[in-house]
Formats: sequence, structure tokens, C-alpha cells
Amino acid sequence: MQWTDDGIVLARQRHGEHAAVVSLLTREHGRHAGLVRGAMGRRLRGVIEPGNEVSAEWRARLTEHLGHYRIELKTAHAAATFGAPLRLLALVSAAALTERTLAEHEPHPALFAAFQALLRALDESAEWPAVYARFELGLLAELGYGLDLETCAVSGATAGLAYVSPRTGRAVTRDRAGGYEERLLPLPAFLADGRGGAAANEPLIDIRNGLRLTGHFLEQRVFAPHARKMPSARERLIEGLARADTISGIG
Amino acid sequence: MAVDDLQRLIELLARLPGLGPRSARRVALALLKRKDVLMLPLARALEETALRVHPCSICGNLDTAEPCAICRDAARDDSQLCVVEDISDLWALDRAGGFRGRYHVLGGTLSALDGVGPEELRIDQLLRRVAEGQVKEVVIATGATVAGETTAHYLTDRLAGSGVQVSRLAQGVPIGGDLDYLDDGTLNAALKARRPY
Repeated sequence: MQWTDDGIVLARQRHGEHAAVVSLLTREHGRHAGLVRGAMGRRLRGVIEPGNEVSAEWRARLTEHLGHYRIELKTAHAAATFGAPLRLLALVSAAALTERTLAEHEPHPALFAAFQALLRALDESAEWPAVYARFELGLLAELGYGLDLETCAVSGATAGLAYVSPRTGRAVTRDRAGGYEERLLPLPAFLADGRGGAAANEPLIDIRNGLRLTGHFLEQRVFAPHARKMPSARERLIEGLARADTISGIG
Repeated sequence: MAVDDLQRLIELLARLPGLGPRSARRVALALLKRKDVLMLPLARALEETALRVHPCSICGNLDTAEPCAICRDAARDDSQLCVVEDISDLWALDRAGGFRGRYHVLGGTLSALDGVGPEELRIDQLLRRVAEGQVKEVVIATGATVAGETTAHYLTDRLAGSGVQVSRLAQGVPIGGDLDYLDDGTLNAALKARRPY
């Protein structure tokens, strides 16, 4: 068995003195691990860092074997986030969420594209908090827990959506929330209107609400049923965003 | 020596860094050929080191004395504290001779995937040392990796409000390094950290 694919480094587990088991999110082969000889050596140590985009060649006798990777760096995203604490936490959180939740060997090309978009945003865009929230929303969808944020669960309306039911994950308009506002999760406009991008000047409260929304469903549907905890990097990201005064102050 | 004993020695040696079963056999034979001048002194040194060397309760360095020689050294600058991931990093920095302050060994880095949280590292001890009031600058010398950088940011957050200056080791072109051979991440870090010249 042999294939070549683009990948994003999710995790590296040291194996012996010089090798490591490296987990990648690949474009066509999903989350896939492999042994990398020399991974802890001078040439590859900086390459195999979470968030870096690589070109990977995987070989094994059978598909169910761990196999060996040969890895070459394409884009070093990890180092680009080093000076910005919250961007770095977002990168680590995205890698940890993907590594912990995605089944192995199942292709998720949409999630791969969303992760790439997040990495580009983390490199150079002030829009990254909104792109990160969209990434988590996409992850939920890929895991089979997609939220219905396009139509009101009560009226069927597509405009004026303002809340999400914490139980069903379906959107509700402000008019139909009818006294249940406190029990519902606020739906920020940048997640409700279905636009592809997200403006850099999204109100900080909307970013917090977006992550509160995705965090609720990740916790309730993905982590809690398996008695597992959310990645600590995500918790620290939320704390960091809670401390920020303005969206431009996030960095 | 029974064959079993020799085999056990080889197996133990093979567990050491840099040694596999083949090189462990060569080491075992070399030791046996020089029993009096090498093997027995080595055995005694191993036993004595195992019994006498302990982590320093202040900085986490290894030494036979408590506190360690670095913590006892009155000539060192108490106002500077360098935080490192591991003892090997402490030894590397001290060997370089450019830092004459005190050290603090964290014992690793924060890792979301490996489940290493702040409570697994010697962070509370660091905060207590800083709270004693002598430290004016904390130099964070964790690795230039995602885990090292995440830990550095976490420490900076925890030290905010303590009144100490927090600094970080520079990242960029190594001495004797050709730009052509540097990876993109290092080159970009060097460009970001450029300074007037």
C-alpha cells in the first residue's frame, strides 16, 4: 500500500529515540497516523509541529498497519503564530479537537479545507476568531452533529434567526423565542447568515457567543458521552477571549 | 557470570539512549574486558549516583547536595531567573556561560493532547519563588516549539501582575547558519524579530 497526500500535522508521539508516531489530517485519507523515522532529529523536528502543512507519502504492507510516513514541509503555520498567544491557542485547540474527535481513515475533505482556511486566517488575518468558530461548526457537522442554522424550527423563516435550541441544535427567530430566550443559546449573525467569510470587525460578544454555541454541542454531544474533557487549549482560548476588551486587542 | 546475567546486562544497556541490542552487546563485552579499570568503577559510580543524586527542592536541578551547587552559588544574580523545560536545557544554558542568574526547571511543557496541565509542571513552585520578591526578571527559555511557546504564554499570563519583567529567548538565524539551509518557520521568526542595526 502506498499513497501521497497533503496533510496537516495534528499530533506527534515520540517513539523510541529518533522516531515518532505522527497523526495527520490528510485531504483524501482523513485522520491518518504513521511512523516517521528521524522525526525527533534536527531536520524534521521543526517540521512536525501541530498546524504545519506537509506533503506526506505513506507506505505499509496492509491498510490496517501503522505504516511509515515520509514527510516534507509545505507551509510552516505553527511558527507564524508564536508571537500571538490566542492565535497559537486557536491552532492548538483546532489540532487537539480534530485529533480527539475524528475517526481514523475516514476522508473529510470539507474539514481539511476548513482547517486550511483557519491556518491561512491565523497566519495573516484579523478575521481568525470568526473563522475558528466556523471551523468548530464544520467539525460538528463532519462528526454528524451539524446544527440547523438556516431555518427557524418553529416558523420555517430564514430571516431574523437569533437563538439556537441547546437540545435540538435548531435555530429560532427572535419573534418565536417567546419567553424562552434565557434558556436558548444566542446565535451570532456571522454564523446565522450563511456567508462564506466573516468580517474582521465582528463584535467580540458575537465571537464569544459563537464559541459558546459550538462549545455547548461539542461538550454535550462529543465529549461528555465518552466522559472526556475538552482540550485545555480551547478552555484557555475562551478565557483569553473573555479577558479581551476589543476584537483588535485579541491579536 | 552466568549467561543469564550477561543477557540481563545487555538488555539493560540496550535501554539506554543511543544504544540498541547490537551496540549494547559491544558495550557489555568492552566492560567485561576491562573489569577493574572500567566495569567495577562504573558499577560503583552508578550505585553512588543513584543513591546520592536528587532533584534540588528549589530549582529542580540534579545534585548530590541540597540545595544544588547553582542555588548555593552566592556569586549568582538572584534578580534573574531562567525557566527551562528540562534539566538538559539547564545544563546547556549553563555550559554556554552567558547567564549568571538562577534557574527553574519546569519538568516539561503543557500539552493539550498528552494531558499535561499546569498542575503536572513545577509552575506553583516558580510562582512561589517569584513571590519571595528577589526576582526582577524571569527569562522564559522553553523550546521554540508549539508546546514550548504555549507554555511560555501561559507562564507570562500567570506572572502578569507579579511586578517582574518577563523576557523570552530570541528566535532566528543560528550562529554560523546559512539562510539557504534554514526552514521557513525560522526564517519568518528571524524576520519578525529583526532589530535596528
